[in-house]
Amino acid sequence: MPPPSRQSASVGAVRRAFAPWADPDAKPLIRFENVTKRFGEAVAVDHLTLDIFEGEFFCLLGPSGCGKTTLMRMLAGFEFPTEGMITLAGQSLEGVPPYRRPVNMMFQSYALFPHMSVEKNIAFGLRQDGLPKSEISDRVGEMLRLVQLEKLAKRYPSQLSGGQRQRVALARALAKRPKVLLLDEPLGALDKKLREETQFELMDIQHELGMTFVVVTHDQEEAMTMADRIAVMDHGRIVQVATPGEIYEQPKTRFIAEFVGDVNILEGHVQGQESGLWHVKSPSAEMPLTIDDPDEVLHSGQAVAIAVRPEKMVVQREKPGPEAVNVLTGEVWDIGYLGDWTVYRIRLATGEILRVSCANISRFVESPIDWDEQVYVTFAPGAAVILAE
Amino acid sequence: MIERSFTKRLTSGLVPAVPYLWLGLFFLVPFLIVLKISLSDPAIAQPPYKPVFAWSDITGFLSALDLENFELLTQDDLYFRATLSSVRIAAISTILLLFVGFPIAYGMARAPERHRSLLVALVILPFWTSFLIRIYAWIAILKPEGLLTQALMGIGLISDPIEILNTEWAVYIGIVYAYLPFMVLPLYATLEKMDDTLLEAALDLGSTPWRSFWTITVPLAMPGIIAGSLLCFIPAVGEFVIPDLLGGSETLMIGRQLWSEFFSNRDWPLASAVAILLLIILVVPIVIYRDVEARRMEMRP
Repeated sequence: MPPPSRQSASVGAVRRAFAPWADPDAKPLIRFENVTKRFGEAVAVDHLTLDIFEGEFFCLLGPSGCGKTTLMRMLAGFEFPTEGMITLAGQSLEGVPPYRRPVNMMFQSYALFPHMSVEKNIAFGLRQDGLPKSEISDRVGEMLRLVQLEKLAKRYPSQLSGGQRQRVALARALAKRPKVLLLDEPLGALDKKLREETQFELMDIQHELGMTFVVVTHDQEEAMTMADRIAVMDHGRIVQVATPGEIYEQPKTRFIAEFVGDVNILEGHVQGQESGLWHVKSPSAEMPLTIDDPDEVLHSGQAVAIAVRPEKMVVQREKPGPEAVNVLTGEVWDIGYLGDWTVYRIRLATGEILRVSCANISRFVESPIDWDEQVYVTFAPGAAVILAE
Repeated sequence: MIERSFTKRLTSGLVPAVPYLWLGLFFLVPFLIVLKISLSDPAIAQPPYKPVFAWSDITGFLSALDLENFELLTQDDLYFRATLSSVRIAAISTILLLFVGFPIAYGMARAPERHRSLLVALVILPFWTSFLIRIYAWIAILKPEGLLTQALMGIGLISDPIEILNTEWAVYIGIVYAYLPFMVLPLYATLEKMDDTLLEAALDLGSTPWRSFWTITVPLAMPGIIAGSLLCFIPAVGEFVIPDLLGGSETLMIGRQLWSEFFSNRDWPLASAVAILLLIILVVPIVIYRDVEARRMEMRP
């Protein structure tokens, strides 16, 4: 099967009509302009520029200490930039205290007021605005319905489960209908099953209210599922801002490739380009590797890393024919059966261990591949990404 | 195995008994003795009251007890006024202590963690000197030619010496000074445990720092406020040394009245009756506090 032509190909399987970031005329709702934040000597956020658009579900993703929480706290008004400017809807946030910003936050610890009932917690922000009592109770009722907690209105936070507390925290932050909702590790404290359910609920709520959500998370799966766009951060800088599909399929750097999902990295040197395909000589393979990544600008002899996702590799016992490209030889080191997937760890002659995952599309397998067997691993030119070192 | 479970049962039975034993020996028994004396009549004897307890004449002993002393307390309004004045002085002192103690405790709870234990030690430090000596020291500060007057005259704030010693103001100053650690420590204990993100959440939801303080910090510090207030109010009502040394003869307090009945008038039965009255006055706020606590617990298991 020939690879689809570049013009019609889209990176990642998901197509979205919503893409204001692609429109050069669109005005961003939030704009970070060359923002730096220092704590003493330490630089938490380093000359960062970023636009977030209205209605976006935006994820800040990165390992702990990458500056994502500081970025969010600057948006909430708990920290102020050392340099640079943040604007919201065209207005500078400089010197604006948290209680005067049209931004609300859902805290990682939820920060529910322990001495107030669920109702009172949700009403807290509305009461600060001095709304009439009837309107407050209407709005609280609406929020309770939204997060399905009508029956628990009179309870206290200590009488709720973790999942219920998370919903109260969400309802409280949404009650004032902020322009932007900030969510700090919103699902971090939930167990896996609840987390998956809640991911979709958050997406539904965001869609229903048409609000801009900015989520901080270190969980790449969470970011991939929920976000319109993801900003991957490392050491106070943004390494890439793109849709989940682009982040996964077209990572800009080795850090992103390794941080988001699993990846196999093969080192090598560029040999040249031929009809749009790059040839890379790698010690891991006998023949030069052929990679379809025309956007990269490379020169001969340049050291590069080739990134291939485990599910984009095929493992087989039979030696591929001479016309086959990208053939690696190794032996089965380890097999992990996960139910939906089987993960093979293949040891190459160079000692590198490749991770190849294989969807279990049938319940019956005739003579399955076994430990210590000599196998061949192949991947299509379009399966790999070249990362300049 | 059997032996072990026996000793375990024994210790698990005995451990809760320790506080009861202590309270019984050093509170209940003395209380009963005082109660008994309060029901006796004064006498010029050794001890200075009768009847003296004797197993041999138990009916005669019991029939000699009466409520005469308590009747006397209701007849002479001196005791009523002294009680009222004590409660008033203790209440005002407690409020002053809250106003002085809260900022100190709040500041301590907000201090960098490595400084906190030092600050706690500094709050307790005055206890290393005798309470009596520290109160005497205040005489030197407050007297008309004392340090305070000199300092205020020195910076030109006043031209004549001020009368503080031997007024109620001196009593307030003395009580606030002496009782401050009892207010600061329980407040600090609750404020230190408080989660800072709650205040951030309040700010985030549009509450100004001042409002957040009243709607979040104060309600959450309530257990410490109540504990500190009781720890100060209760002993302040019965305070004797501070009003005696700093308050002059004008300041009427029930603890002083009790002292003079005991030592000046040598009327042990009447003094005991005053002591019992004082106890009743002090038990009421404790019961109220317990009631409030119990209801709070019910509300939030």
